Amino acid sequence: MSPLSTESTESPVGTQPDLLYTEEEDALRAAVRDLLRDHCDPAGVIVRTESDAPHDRELWKALSHGMGLAGLLVPEARGGQGATHREAAVVLEELGRAVAPVPYLASAVVATEAVLACEADDLLAELASGRTIGALAVALHVAPGGAYKVVRYENGTLHGELTAIADAAVADVLLVPADDGGLYAVDASAATVTPQVSLDLTRPLAKVALDRAPGRRLGDAEPAVRRALRAGAGLLASEQLGLAEWALTETVRYLKERKQFNRPVGGFQALKHRLAQLWLELVSLRAAARNAADALATGSDDTDVAVAVAQAYAAPVAVHAAEEALQLHGGIGMTWEHPVHLYLKRAKADALAYGTAGGHRAALADLIDLPAP
Amino acid sequence: MTDARGNGMTDATELRRRTRELLAAHPPATTGRLDFLRARFDAGLAWVHYPEGLGGLGAPRSLQAVVDAELEAAGAPGNDPRRIGIGLGMAAPTILGFGTDEQKRRFLRPLWTGEEVWCQLFSEPGAGSDLAALGTRAVRESGGGWVVNGQKVWTSSAHLARWAILIARTDPDVPKHRGITYFICDMTDPGVEVRPLRQITGEAEFNEVFLTDVRIPDTRRLGEIGDGWRVAQTTLMNERVSIGGMRLPREGGMIGPVARTWRERPELRTHDLHQRLLTLWGEAEVARLTGERLRQQLVAGQPGPEGSGMKLAFARLNQEISGLEVELLGEEGLSYDDWTMRRPELVDFTGRDAGYRYLRSKGNSIEGGTSEVLLNIVAERILGLPAEPRTDKDVAWKDLAR
Repeated sequence: MSPLSTESTESPVGTQPDLLYTEEEDALRAAVRDLLRDHCDPAGVIVRTESDAPHDRELWKALSHGMGLAGLLVPEARGGQGATHREAAVVLEELGRAVAPVPYLASAVVATEAVLACEADDLLAELASGRTIGALAVALHVAPGGAYKVVRYENGTLHGELTAIADAAVADVLLVPADDGGLYAVDASAATVTPQVSLDLTRPLAKVALDRAPGRRLGDAEPAVRRALRAGAGLLASEQLGLAEWALTETVRYLKERKQFNRPVGGFQALKHRLAQLWLELVSLRAAARNAADALATGSDDTDVAVAVAQAYAAPVAVHAAEEALQLHGGIGMTWEHPVHLYLKRAKADALAYGTAGGHRAALADLIDLPAP
Repeated sequence: MTDARGNGMTDATELRRRTRELLAAHPPATTGRLDFLRARFDAGLAWVHYPEGLGGLGAPRSLQAVVDAELEAAGAPGNDPRRIGIGLGMAAPTILGFGTDEQKRRFLRPLWTGEEVWCQLFSEPGAGSDLAALGTRAVRESGGGWVVNGQKVWTSSAHLARWAILIARTDPDVPKHRGITYFICDMTDPGVEVRPLRQITGEAEFNEVFLTDVRIPDTRRLGEIGDGWRVAQTTLMNERVSIGGMRLPREGGMIGPVARTWRERPELRTHDLHQRLLTLWGEAEVARLTGERLRQQLVAGQPGPEGSGMKLAFARLNQEISGLEVELLGEEGLSYDDWTMRRPELVDFTGRDAGYRYLRSKGNSIEGGTSEVLLNIVAERILGLPAEPRTDKDVAWKDLAR
């Protein structure tokens, strides 16, 4: 692979990444948005975060059984929809826009990618149908190339404790890397899963404890985990785009309505410039996120760079958008009642998920040959 | 989508055929440069999206690439668009949109071939961001012609130009946007005086232009009397489209030289510079992708509003990247290649040395619309936020504070 891709100067248009949305992708977006409008209102999400079922299982059923979206990344011959990361990215944009508490990224993207790297078509089909929810038992903040904790494999069973596992509380099967280099599928009923009080209320973490837990070896952990985390990082950018879009749209709407000093607050130039700046960051993030999704979808040689560029850019933009939304809403933005805090918490947690922006920039240094001193 | 692509294929084939016909009739090896360019214009292959008879064929703009590729492969001479950017990017679309048939026939061909260079007489010392406040006066004579007096500034190519697009005040008694008229000004008129305007880089890319009793016949008016502001919007809109239409390879802009220096000179590297370089490299790549996405939207016939933002992004990045480069160079960053007053014919923001790039890029957030004004445009036209209350819209120009 040539990281510098200077060949793109002469390359014909056909080899450029397709950064637009197809008509089918637009239709998919509209369908998901309709569903979320009816079943995932902000007030309901806030109430749910404090219930004993923070995940919305009904919504998950509607997305997976109803619309078949859990199987987008799985080929039809293996029980999925045979779509690509481009479509999954569109779904994630909409889920981000609604801070929907469903394990889509964890199960339909990350766990599914890990299983795709192994030979376990029965489990793959289960994940693709959405009847089984999977979670890769790697802490959420681990970057694609980063070190992750493994459990002990001894006498045919697994032993150990793993923390910060996203959506583990709702998972039916945990994909656990072990010290023998294997990736094991562990039935959630064979593990002790304890919810952790999480910064992000809509993607809660859990602790997974294994004590002589039986597991089925799916394949080698290393390639599966790397592949899963890379796809997770790349598509997270689309979720972050959705979060940022909600923040900007909602803030613009509010500032047109909100009046102080006998004027709509949105007419003050100091605020207009901040929102215009945010808009610019958002359209830039859209290009970066589409580029990462397209690279993952086409298996481009440029995928590592595309993912690192998208993640280095996405997290600061999503956090900036949520922080601006809070500040520009004034006092109401600081209340538990207003949903902006859900977006801020998700955006900040996303800034750590699958590696920080700084971590991705460090990865970029090697990929594009700009070495550290 | 499929239909558009299907039609595009037919048109591309037809354009290829016509291009080969042109090449056969006027082999570049044995045809003079200007003769070839004139023949290309007359064949409708100059700018295919223009109407027939005016250098085009009424084809989709995106198909120009087909013609250009054929001509380049055949070694045909080009019209050196960088030298005549104001004519191509600003004067031409305005003449096409508002000119009389006679004006279109007279001006477009030598404009496109580069025989006649154009410049733009818009900005004034007292009318920058508030361009509509301009005070250059055009007074109607009894014979129907106009006499123009005033001062224009930041005019590139004025010393090379044969013609200028000019906006001047024809009615000071109405609010400022309504009393402006758009003209084509003959730069060889004895009342036109061009003086170089030296800038912080030491050279003079731009000029001040003093207009003293310049006579312009009414046949060189573009659009209606008093409608000049609307006509000028076409000019300015096209300026921004041409900025958004650029296509860059990875590391194609300001980041290129600094990345090369980083790779070639390990002794200059520090941890602080490394962090900043990686951040800017990522941002430059994202800006490039954003431009590419905008281009794909244009090709697909779905122009997005992103173009308004591209200039903002590139201005900031150019400034930060070139600033970083000066620091990276250490002792060398303390020197400058040449302060001699010169009048460069071409300007390359990424040319010369790091010091020049740093200083020249300061203009990127001012020229062609300041970043502050562009942010207002984004906020009001794209986000739909209300305008600030205005005190200048309903007041006669002559009564405005100045």
